[in-house]
Amino acid sequence: MSLELYFKYLFVMAFVTYLLRVVPFVLLKRQIENVFWKSFLAYIPYTVLAAMTIPGIFKATEFLPASISALCFATLFSLKGHGLVLVALVACLSVIGVNGLMLIF
Amino acid sequence: MYFKKGVEDGLPIGLGYFAVSFSFGIAGSKLLSSVLVTLISMTNLTSAGQFAGLQIMSEATGTLIEMAIATFFINLRYSLMAVSLSQKVSSSFSTWKRCLLGTGITDEIYAVAMSQKSPVTPLYFLGLMTLPYLGWTSGTLVGAICGEILPGFLTDALGVALYGMFIAIVVPQMKSHKPTAIAVFIAITLSLLFNYAPYLKEISVGFSIILCAVIASLLAAFLFPIQEKSS
Repeated sequence: MSLELYFKYLFVMAFVTYLLRVVPFVLLKRQIENVFWKSFLAYIPYTVLAAMTIPGIFKATEFLPASISALCFATLFSLKGHGLVLVALVACLSVIGVNGLMLIF
Repeated sequence: MYFKKGVEDGLPIGLGYFAVSFSFGIAGSKLLSSVLVTLISMTNLTSAGQFAGLQIMSEATGTLIEMAIATFFINLRYSLMAVSLSQKVSSSFSTWKRCLLGTGITDEIYAVAMSQKSPVTPLYFLGLMTLPYLGWTSGTLVGAICGEILPGFLTDALGVALYGMFIAIVVPQMKSHKPTAIAVFIAITLSLLFNYAPYLKEISVGFSIILCAVIASLLAAFLFPIQEKSS
């Protein structure tokens, strides 16, 4: 990717994000009351993260079984109520573990 | 409600951001130099939005329109937070202060600001966003540099860290709020279709994320509207 294209992308990202934050902050003085749109916005962060994680995580490592084990261990530890950093660490360690096992066998 | 109190309240957010942006830096280092990756964090301060942006940049077929639409939908929730925060701030929050400090509206900073008993002053909000901003940008830089110098088997492993954190954000909410679990399963099903089904897989990564999230959230909002403040 050329430097020029990078800066175009960067500008679009930063500008849209800035407007989304500041325009309502400056202009609107009322709460959104509509239950449907409030609900829509409440669901958005989770559906976005889900759509990025699946299938993104499958392509995040060189070896598909390693990715699948990271997905399984991260889900398991999240279900048990562990925090962000530990869950991320477990996911990383499981990738090292699976890749290590492949070297042995 | 002074600057110092804000800085103290922002410390745990800053530490958490360092860890998340470290993995963003690792992911970004596969595509860009460490300075360019860090520049994204300095100008955006948003995890999901930046990560989707990175995915669009890494695609040969990505377009600026796609970037604008993806960023719009992924970060639209900040508008909702900005509206609700505007009810909570003190009268000394003038227009130009809102233009400057509005850049600090993130999920976590918003949540802490809203949990205050008294109205939020500009100095408190500035203090509150200081350490998260520093944590976010420095974590990205350190992560990107590590991505450049660490051996392949380690960056391969660290590449799943960000997804691990995403899972750690989504799964607890799915566990405590069943409609969210259904919305997430709809999004995942659509996402798999958009990536592997014939014809549908021609759709680019950026639009796939937008469509999956918007369709799943619209369906969930229609089927299971959230009545009261169940975050």
